[in-house]
Amino acid sequence: MDKVSKNKSEYLINRHDNQYEVVIGLEVHAQVTSQSKLFSTSATKFGAEPNTQVSLVDAAFPGMLPVINEYCVKQAIKTGIGLKAKINKRSVFDRKNYFYADLPQGYQISQFKDPIVGEGKVILDMPDGQKEVGIERLHLEQDAGKSIHDLDPKNTFVDLNRSGVALMEIVSKPDLRSPDEVNAYIKKLRSIMRYLGTCDGNMQEGSLRADVNVSVRKKGSKGFGTRCEIKNVNSIKFMQLAIEFEANRQVDLIEDGQTIDQETRLFDTKKNETRSMRSKEDAHDYRYFPDPDLLPLEVSDDFIENLKSEIPELPDEKKKRFIEKFKLSPYEANILVSDIETSNYFENVIKKSDVKLATNWIIGELFAALNEKNLEITESPISAGNLSKLINLIKDGTISGKIAKTVFEQMMEGDKDPQKIVEEKGLKQESDPKALEALIDKVIDDNRDKATEYKSGKVKLFGFFVGQVMKVSGGKANPQLVNEILKKKL
Amino acid sequence: MSDITKQSLSELVENIKGKKLSSSEVTKAFVERSEKSKELNAYITEDYANALNKAKKFDEKPNLDLKLPGIPMAVKDLFCTRDLRTTAGSKILNNFVPTYESTVTQNIWNDGAILMGKLNCDEFAMGSSNETSFFGNVQNPIDKNLVPGGSSGGSSSAVAAQLTPITIGTDTGGSIRQPASFTGTVGLKPTYGSCSRYGIVAFASSLDQAGPMAQNVKDCALLQEVISTYDEKDSTSIDFKRNKYSKELTKDIKGKKIGIPKEYRVDDMPKEIEDLWKKGIEYAKDCGAEIIDISLPHTNYALPTYYIVAPAEASSNLARYDGVKYGFRAEGENLIDMYEKTRSEGFGAEVQRRIMIGTYVLSSGYYDAYYLKAQKVRKLIKNDFDDAYKKVDAILTPSTPSSAFKIGEKTNDPVSMYLNDIFTVPVNLAGLPGISIPAGHDAKGYPLGLQIIGKAFDEQNILNIAYAMEEKINFKNNITDWWIK
Repeated sequence: MDKVSKNKSEYLINRHDNQYEVVIGLEVHAQVTSQSKLFSTSATKFGAEPNTQVSLVDAAFPGMLPVINEYCVKQAIKTGIGLKAKINKRSVFDRKNYFYADLPQGYQISQFKDPIVGEGKVILDMPDGQKEVGIERLHLEQDAGKSIHDLDPKNTFVDLNRSGVALMEIVSKPDLRSPDEVNAYIKKLRSIMRYLGTCDGNMQEGSLRADVNVSVRKKGSKGFGTRCEIKNVNSIKFMQLAIEFEANRQVDLIEDGQTIDQETRLFDTKKNETRSMRSKEDAHDYRYFPDPDLLPLEVSDDFIENLKSEIPELPDEKKKRFIEKFKLSPYEANILVSDIETSNYFENVIKKSDVKLATNWIIGELFAALNEKNLEITESPISAGNLSKLINLIKDGTISGKIAKTVFEQMMEGDKDPQKIVEEKGLKQESDPKALEALIDKVIDDNRDKATEYKSGKVKLFGFFVGQVMKVSGGKANPQLVNEILKKKL
Repeated sequence: MSDITKQSLSELVENIKGKKLSSSEVTKAFVERSEKSKELNAYITEDYANALNKAKKFDEKPNLDLKLPGIPMAVKDLFCTRDLRTTAGSKILNNFVPTYESTVTQNIWNDGAILMGKLNCDEFAMGSSNETSFFGNVQNPIDKNLVPGGSSGGSSSAVAAQLTPITIGTDTGGSIRQPASFTGTVGLKPTYGSCSRYGIVAFASSLDQAGPMAQNVKDCALLQEVISTYDEKDSTSIDFKRNKYSKELTKDIKGKKIGIPKEYRVDDMPKEIEDLWKKGIEYAKDCGAEIIDISLPHTNYALPTYYIVAPAEASSNLARYDGVKYGFRAEGENLIDMYEKTRSEGFGAEVQRRIMIGTYVLSSGYYDAYYLKAQKVRKLIKNDFDDAYKKVDAILTPSTPSSAFKIGEKTNDPVSMYLNDIFTVPVNLAGLPGISIPAGHDAKGYPLGLQIIGKAFDEQNILNIAYAMEEKINFKNNITDWWIK
């Protein structure tokens, strides 16, 4: 395994003679995968007609009361287990009070002082080794509705479908040091939650968004600089751009002898810059207090143990197994475990075929082909079973690697059985020594002059003969045998 | 016909079950009396025509196995009633018609009762005299221009004036027991978690509790039996074994230990109240109870604690009334302007005062000094009761520090108004059951009540004590029907 090393990042900002390090912490909002909302029975399906998934509770009608959805609690605990975190047997739901048109209750039910999950960690695989990022906490909270400002010049429309949907807010420690680490962190978090089935991680649909806290400090200094929080960034690319802009902005201010104001900023995705949303003085006073409609949430050891038994093998463990059992390199293992669908695909392929070849074909040809067609592994035109067959055809010498690529291309057009393609197109490799000898004799005969040259010491011409034999055979000649026979004959 | 409305709930149930009276006859009698009693202003919304129709339907196919067969009933306007306007006594819900029914009222209709209308109350149950209602003052049938107490003032007035045979109120700091005391009626505040809060417009969630208000203890027990159910829709509802309160009701309280807390002898307590309490002790002894002096040392802190906790919760609970989704909206230049205008015009002065207090005590920098400290004191108050209940089965106190006062007498003095709840508030803070029963009159002839406080879930015990003492006290309300022309 790679060595875990902290703060090994090289992302530094240089100004004049000073080098600055960037300190980043993330508050990720991950939508819990669940049929119904955190405190009501309304559906959570994405893309439904506005205001069709709204209960009296979600719309905060008088006298309506929240009732906790046990499934969401299980999902949060599972995620906590996946983050190697402390599960708090007692947690408390608080009200975070503020007024907004898409917040029907006038408060968001969240967890403030006593979250359901405490400290944990996430391991990142960076090019220069592994890095551990601390998790501060994970808590459950309600999502707000959606205000739609651009449908009417004067009015704002409100869609409450999202109101009350369960979110997990996952707060990292300020352990991240570069946009690349942020990229790796989000991807790892997403991967873990997708393995667990606790969040689909779909950033386009808003299932995963983050508030990004950025500060800078001179390289080597221990204290933290004043941080700014960039609110609600919904793609990794934007997070990286926002961090780069914000870190440079802060460095410029410091170099200019100015101070940084602690404030909340917004990222403008058109101009790629952050701008002030509100200062610390204008910060909301959320008046948190325990929600009197809900009792403290208490879970037993048994409850937690039962959930532990439901946890599948997670990426870090899977990677370890792939390396140890299948002798994959850490690089290969990382790629194959990055999401559960890929690792499932891989494991299905190698059930009946060679691991080394399968690894190369998946990471090489298959990923390239999928990438070109912009497809996910789950949408792959080639099933794991057929890829496995293709690999076996290579392994047993039925076809050469080169022919295999042709067969593969045809398989990409639709999930065809490679055996059939080989048979139909007559692509079977020629491995009969007698047939090959005849071929080779003919090639030598047709190129007597070159043969003479070869014999007089121009050994480079060997490649020419191999090429000729392959050409004449239509690429089907077994290259290894061709080599052997040619050597004898020449 | 006139004697129908003079009958107690138990008598009416018996007469309907014995087919001596039909639901229509009973409903008609109460509707007619209600119509003649508009001057009391007990109702916010009348639903008489529907009530008479439902009574007729009941009579066509009477189910006499129900606990409240065809009994007409008006309820406090804090309970959401499907298809019937529910205002909480506020302009901000003036036009609000729920599409759903509160669990407590649903239980009542399931047991055969018929809704006659919605009764006046202080706005969002914030008040002790029913004077904060957007729909105006309620008259106490005891005397003209006398408050009926609050916040369940419409309910206490309607029961005392026999506009409804029985009713339900809600009690956050005394809102059932104080009006019961002011009108010579019986009111029970059950253990927190006994009656579901689902569908009740929230005031202070950790204190709110629905309960019965009646002319006598037996009726009260019967209604409590109907309304108290475990409800999954309320996370604070408690699943405990509920007694058959009316069936198990007994006057045999021999040997029950009743505590007398010395801290309830407050400064400036009128002699009449002191005398009433002494009389109460004698009645209890007459019933065979043993009297034991006890101490509830943190009683003095109950009122200030309550006036931090309740407004804090209220300030958050009332945030939903913002003009966006339902209820009253004042148009504004923008969202903030709309909020400000809606809430300034939609809420009355007392509600605004409590929202401001609550917002203040929860705000950053004050939370620890107020809200958190209040929660700690609340725990101490509860501990006081727990300690006391190691020695006694129930506690006897006056219900209020005075009899009913005149309309307008305390409206400009909120602190004096708040002091009305001094004996009732500790019970809510501790989540305990308490019942107020009429026990005598002051010099002006106004009723005075005694409160019996029980252990959590021990409603049966305090109902029994109240039942036994009720017989000894033999209280008679002097109601002259002065409002009927």
